[in-house]
Amino acid sequence: MRRRALYFALRQAPALLFVAVAAILSILSPKFFSLSNALNLVVQSAPIAVVAVGMTFVLLTAGVDLSVGAIMFAGGALAAKLLLAGHSVALALLVMVGCGVFMGVINGFLIVRARLAPFIVTLAMLFVWRGFALWVTETRAMNLPDWFIQFGTARLVGVPVPVVVFASVFFLAHMALTRTPFGRQLYAIGNNVENARKAGLPLNWLLFAVYAISGLCAAIGGILALTQLGSVSPKFGENYEFKAIAAAVLGGTSLFGGRGAVWPGTLLGVLLIQMLESGLVMLNADPYLYPIVTAAVILFAVLLDTSRQAILEQRSRRRIYHDAERT
Amino acid sequence: MNAALQFEGIDKSFGNVPVLRDVSFTVGAGRTLGLVGENGAGKSTLMNILGGNLRSDAGKMVLEDRPYEPAHPKDASRAGVAFIHQELNLFTNLSIAENLFVTGLPRTAGFLINRHSLHQRAAKLLEQVGLDLRPETKVENLSLGERQLVEIARALSFDARLIIFDEPTTSLSVRETEVLFSLMARLHDRGISMIYISHILEHVRRRCDDIVILRDGQVVGEGEAIEFSTARLVSLMVGREMNQLYPTRKKAAASTPALEVERVNEPGIVRDISFTLHHGEVLGIAGLMGAGRSELARILFGLDRYSSGEIRANGKPLIRSGPRQRIKHGMAFLTEDRRHEGLCLDASIADNLMLVALRDYTRSPLRLVQSGRCRQSIDRLREEVLLSPRAHDKQPAKTLSGGNQQKVVLAKWLLARPSVLILDEPTRGVDVGAKFELYRIILELADAGTAVLVISSEIEELTGICDRILVMSQGKVHAELNRDKFDRERLLAAALPREART
Repeated sequence: MRRRALYFALRQAPALLFVAVAAILSILSPKFFSLSNALNLVVQSAPIAVVAVGMTFVLLTAGVDLSVGAIMFAGGALAAKLLLAGHSVALALLVMVGCGVFMGVINGFLIVRARLAPFIVTLAMLFVWRGFALWVTETRAMNLPDWFIQFGTARLVGVPVPVVVFASVFFLAHMALTRTPFGRQLYAIGNNVENARKAGLPLNWLLFAVYAISGLCAAIGGILALTQLGSVSPKFGENYEFKAIAAAVLGGTSLFGGRGAVWPGTLLGVLLIQMLESGLVMLNADPYLYPIVTAAVILFAVLLDTSRQAILEQRSRRRIYHDAERT
Repeated sequence: MNAALQFEGIDKSFGNVPVLRDVSFTVGAGRTLGLVGENGAGKSTLMNILGGNLRSDAGKMVLEDRPYEPAHPKDASRAGVAFIHQELNLFTNLSIAENLFVTGLPRTAGFLINRHSLHQRAAKLLEQVGLDLRPETKVENLSLGERQLVEIARALSFDARLIIFDEPTTSLSVRETEVLFSLMARLHDRGISMIYISHILEHVRRRCDDIVILRDGQVVGEGEAIEFSTARLVSLMVGREMNQLYPTRKKAAASTPALEVERVNEPGIVRDISFTLHHGEVLGIAGLMGAGRSELARILFGLDRYSSGEIRANGKPLIRSGPRQRIKHGMAFLTEDRRHEGLCLDASIADNLMLVALRDYTRSPLRLVQSGRCRQSIDRLREEVLLSPRAHDKQPAKTLSGGNQQKVVLAKWLLARPSVLILDEPTRGVDVGAKFELYRIILELADAGTAVLVISSEIEELTGICDRILVMSQGKVHAELNRDKFDRERLLAAALPREART
């Protein structure tokens, strides 16, 4: 029974970690625990949050998408080019979203049709799209007109637009994963691909869709990042794949597939990472420390994931005989 | 008698080893047929053909008067043939209801799942299999017995009319087994045909209307269950002529213990295992699949943990960790999985042969390999084990046939001379000619003083090469026989699991 208790604790780890970090930061910095800071946190984390939602879909099938940051960059570069050439905002954003879906579909095609490992495919695409975007931008930062940044601070019935986008993406993703056949079948694939194939699930279609969704989310995350930064620099979207994977895993999504959720999991993970970063800023910590602290937390999350998996495996180990008292 | 399923002249070979030969029998409509046979008799192959995982070389199947040629597992389930395996095919992270309807989840007008209708339909199926659980319970929280009932409910959900149970009770408790049997009785009353495969012959006789006995890929007996006593079933399963020659020992075993095992326990896996293996002795472990033999070997070699007991190698107690210490004490282990664990497939034959003993072929101070001496040893070894002369030393090991690969795996130990050698299924998938050579190598090692522990599913092979045989069943040693007492029927009888003790 002690093992059962441990397993329960491991399952609740994201929430426990979230509360612990929030409590520590609140004690260390009086400014931290305030409504305005909380809202700020949500706005700042919106781009990563949306990308991490797409990543959660991919991770649930035991895949991975390393190309999300590059997709943001490539889509952003094209959109910026169109805007600066005087085209309408609507067209620019449409192109960016289209690019994201298209690039996701290419990932899906290579993984499903050519049967390549997701890790390799998306790693290669990371370099392809980053290279493509550097070529489009001629490695220069492209500054968007000032009025564009105002989208990021605009409000819809009193709520900042990024927060509206953030919330809608999470709501839709949560419904898709828990309430639609599509979502439940993704969990089935992640649990056991062989069984899923035997049961006759539309494996190829599902995987295709997952990478397309990840591409779409990368593009939407890219738009949010554009409105916050106001420019497309050669570093645009860098490390987003890392942060998105980290957020999902911190939120309890397993790298082994089949386990996890966007709500509350990935949401907690995203806020946790953002909280750590802005907490360190508030504490005037040495900037060189940020990546080290973030990496340590992520390693910890993966460690939790692995021990959870080990316990699960032990619980489902086949027994050769049964004790009399168990009968 | 109406037929639910007919096998007509099914043949199947793997490579040039025939596995099924002209298998014909009929499963009567609404009847339960027990299929029994030793390991390797061809039961699984036949069921794989029935389930669309394999194609037969010749012969045909007729399902309810229509020709039946499944090319894929999906075809089988569409035709109403369902399998309940030992390894269950459920998604543990989904609820019972989701598992039952994973390919056809009911929807509301939009995209969303209609949970109300889903749970209602699931509850109906759960009631049919007598499982008193809420449909939204996650499968990972169920016991193995409950999971099996869910699997049966899934079979019912797509109107299975023929259900195959493959060793369904192996991981069930006594009570769960009874629940399963009463459900099978209800299915029987509803007119569903079943094939029941089990090593527990009492169960087969009790649960089945008809019995078919397979031996070496052929039907050697069939009839109504009441015609067979357990003893008759055993003799039909075994009754094979000795057709393999065995090399002879040159030396008798010493009386000095090499490996002492005392009351080793691991809950749910093995219990109370005690034996002593002497230098120069060949000790066999017989038993059926899933008796815990390979698990015991893994524990002895330090790959899995054990909760109590003691293991001593050459008189020194082995603490409970890792294979490294075992290897230092002169132990070696050849796993069942030769291709992945015993051999470096891409490395050359020569490199594989020298793998273990290479340290002894180096010269100080730089520890460079003395290739001249190596070559001499390689040539000597090749001659000793009669490795196919067509194979070149530099050729990668994966290009060899199964028998020659295993010769390489074993021959490397001739150089290293371990004091304890554990072999798990050393001749699986090896043709008859190569088997003799493998036996010769094993006995030669024993003559040189190595203590050999051989796990094998072929009782005949064990009686051929062993000095002594332990018989395991349900994680326990049930019998110990010395060479002069070897008797195939007694061995098999001891290996069959008893009807669960209460």
